[in-house]
Amino acid sequence: MTAYRSRALSGFTWLYVVWSLLPVLIAVLFSFNAGRSRSVWQGFSLRWWTGDPNASLFRDESLRMTTVNSLVLAIVTVVVTLPLGTLLAIGLQRWRGHGAGSSSALVSAPLVTPELVLGAALLLVFTNLYGAIPLGRPAQMIGHITLNLSAVVVTVRARLFTIGSSYEEAARDLGASRREAIRLVLVPLLRPAIVAAGVIVFATSIDDFIVSSFLSSGAASETVPVRIYGAVRGASSPALNALATLLVVFSFLGLLLGGVSMWWLRRRDGERVTLRQFLDEVTQADA
Amino acid sequence: MNGSQRRTHASRTWRGYALPGTAWLAAFFAVPFYSVAAIAFGSIDPIFRNARPAWNPLSWNFGTFGDVLGDVINGPLRDVFVRTVLFVVVALVLCLVIGYPIAYHLARLRGRTKTLILLLIVLPFWVSYLMRMLAWVNLLQRDGLGMRLTAWFGVEHNWLDGSPTTVILGLVYGYVPFLILPLYATLERLDWRLVDAARDLGASPRQAFWRVTLPLSRTGVAAGLMLVALPMLGDYYTNDILSRSPRTEMIGNQIDFFLNAGTQPQRGAVLVLMLSFVLACLAWWYVRDNARQRVAR
Repeated sequence: MTAYRSRALSGFTWLYVVWSLLPVLIAVLFSFNAGRSRSVWQGFSLRWWTGDPNASLFRDESLRMTTVNSLVLAIVTVVVTLPLGTLLAIGLQRWRGHGAGSSSALVSAPLVTPELVLGAALLLVFTNLYGAIPLGRPAQMIGHITLNLSAVVVTVRARLFTIGSSYEEAARDLGASRREAIRLVLVPLLRPAIVAAGVIVFATSIDDFIVSSFLSSGAASETVPVRIYGAVRGASSPALNALATLLVVFSFLGLLLGGVSMWWLRRRDGERVTLRQFLDEVTQADA
Repeated sequence: MNGSQRRTHASRTWRGYALPGTAWLAAFFAVPFYSVAAIAFGSIDPIFRNARPAWNPLSWNFGTFGDVLGDVINGPLRDVFVRTVLFVVVALVLCLVIGYPIAYHLARLRGRTKTLILLLIVLPFWVSYLMRMLAWVNLLQRDGLGMRLTAWFGVEHNWLDGSPTTVILGLVYGYVPFLILPLYATLERLDWRLVDAARDLGASPRQAFWRVTLPLSRTGVAAGLMLVALPMLGDYYTNDILSRSPRTEMIGNQIDFFLNAGTQPQRGAVLVLMLSFVLACLAWWYVRDNARQRVAR
């Protein structure tokens, strides 16, 4: 194969990268604006982050509550979906017989359901059938878990496929029970996929707007994206940009935490993990 | 334990593993979906005007469904449906025109440059969609940087109040990363020796692309378009943020209006069913196309 080189495509790709990232960088920059405007630069200050006693991000009570709501929701979602989804993936891969087909159809369906349909369906079921579950945080948690469960199954199942059954069979031959083989052999091998799934679930949950909005019960259960949606076209201050920036920071912290723990897990097993491998792991799960 | 007993025992263990997750999805995905139908085909309380779901399919009443269908075929909702399809189709074409060359370039790159560009292309995934829309509102506001820039080039356009161009470009900006990645994954796995063979046998670079590369990447194109079309068809907030005008209203805005504003849940439920039907047709076409491609290979 001849070496590949294309000036035109390279230029086009860089242009795209600038187009996709520059507006966001400008929005981040404007969270440090000294004036009230979100579009005219009036000098650098931390006024909208910490300076202003009432209207800055870290001092405004309602903005802080919104941030806490988003974080709690995302963490609970990760903590519940990872074990639930991993067990489901292992079970579905091996379970043959009555009910297995419908169960795996049930896992695939949410992947091709837009959030709007899921949000609307959950709103209708909580208001008409599951009266015991109030709108607000409980309903939002259930919504986020449902939204993310299938993604965990897909990620873990892909890894199960590449692992194959030989390690487990070896463990069984050496006297491990079925459960021990899973706990001592399979789950450690699955860890990178579980970490990648956790990163994706955290980011999806913290950035989610539709499901949180449909299942919210007013100001008390407002999440950061819901707040941004409500305020973006109004005359709000750069504190809104600061809030949106904080959301990006959380996503990246999740990604970083995932990257570091994957690196640590692999190193313990005597392997090196490159940035490329990590990117591949995270993006393949996304696609 | 003999062999068949052991097998039943194993099967029971695996079923046990799958059970909690399956039960969750049954309770919080399947049942909610059914309740959309129960409300769409139910009735309205004459005094309180709220929905009375009909849980038994035998007592379903298709009155509201018929009304809404009438509105869609030849009434006020027709424009909304036509506009939704038009916006989504134009946005899909633009996504493909932008996304394909980038995925192709990325798949052919090697080494450090590849890692760097892959990283930059993955970055938007970790930036909230709302943040990305907020960024454009800041730019396109009356005194925003983008607005001033276009005015400098002599284009005076009110970008943020009911401009279809803004909504379509907003959809493209929002969803194009989701198309690039699956396309890249397909192109990355493509056997480039086949393209070299075509070149050796006398094809021009252009012919080799149109007759070898493009057909081989068809599954990736279909997967990418599918992945992007589904959320676009159910999108309402891009529109709400960038336009807020009835002139650019899409089907998602109607559903949001009927359900979230709480005005007419039954009409909202009917629209959700109709949207789901369109999406199911799309998904069915995609799965069939995929299967046929696999057989062809």
